[in-house]
Amino acid sequence: MQQVRLTLPMIPNMELTASKTACAMGEQIGLSPDKIDEVQMAVVEACINAFEHSGSSDREVRILLQVLGTDDQPRGLQITIRDAGVGFSPDKITRLRAEETLTAPRKRGHGLRIIDGLMDEVDIQSDSEGTTVVMRKMR
Amino acid sequence: MTESLKLTVDDQKDGLAVIYTDGYINNQGGEEIARVAYELIDKGEKNLLLNLAGTKIVNSIGISILIEIIEKMLEIDGKLAFCSLTPTIEKTFHIMGLAQYAGIYPDEEGAVEDLGS
Repeated sequence: MQQVRLTLPMIPNMELTASKTACAMGEQIGLSPDKIDEVQMAVVEACINAFEHSGSSDREVRILLQVLGTDDQPRGLQITIRDAGVGFSPDKITRLRAEETLTAPRKRGHGLRIIDGLMDEVDIQSDSEGTTVVMRKMR
Repeated sequence: MTESLKLTVDDQKDGLAVIYTDGYINNQGGEEIARVAYELIDKGEKNLLLNLAGTKIVNSIGISILIEIIEKMLEIDGKLAFCSLTPTIEKTFHIMGLAQYAGIYPDEEGAVEDLGS
């Protein structure tokens, strides 16, 4: 199974490095352009969430991009994004819609909703040692 | 796609100003769009169109700033609309419910026809 590991410092626009890597891997396994765009946006959001909210002391995000299936018959792309931050309870995060943000002072609760909407499968594990987001896009 | 957002403005259309984006709409990009939009509002423009043909990625912080512009337009009884979105950006705007407050058009021609005076 093909895979790429990245360790990115939490500095502005570093999320685009992960996004471009996901694009290259998606193209290699024949994901459609629209699906590649969706993966790229979701990867950006997952990185931004880690940058903005993780509270990680090492200020790094670890990313594993994997082709699912075999070299001959790739089934999709799985991307795992992990930070070593303080964690959160995914069930308690409010996935705000625009009508809520128009009246609420908090305006950054969008990321998880976007990831959920763009990817086929999303799993979030979080505890006091960090957060891991695993997301998949199938061909 | 370049990493820093570039903007151009056409405020010569009748009853409508168009802001063209080229690049990534993140926090800096969103703030630059807001700065340009508020300048146009100060000049009396009440209908703004964001042509996103040159943008492939918008992040959630950029979206939150676009929502602030929508709020401002609602305050002045104006309109903010979008055109020429990639399918993924359009899907994201629908996920976020932006379409309830801002028109989304396939192309600039249709938007100008609908919004211009």
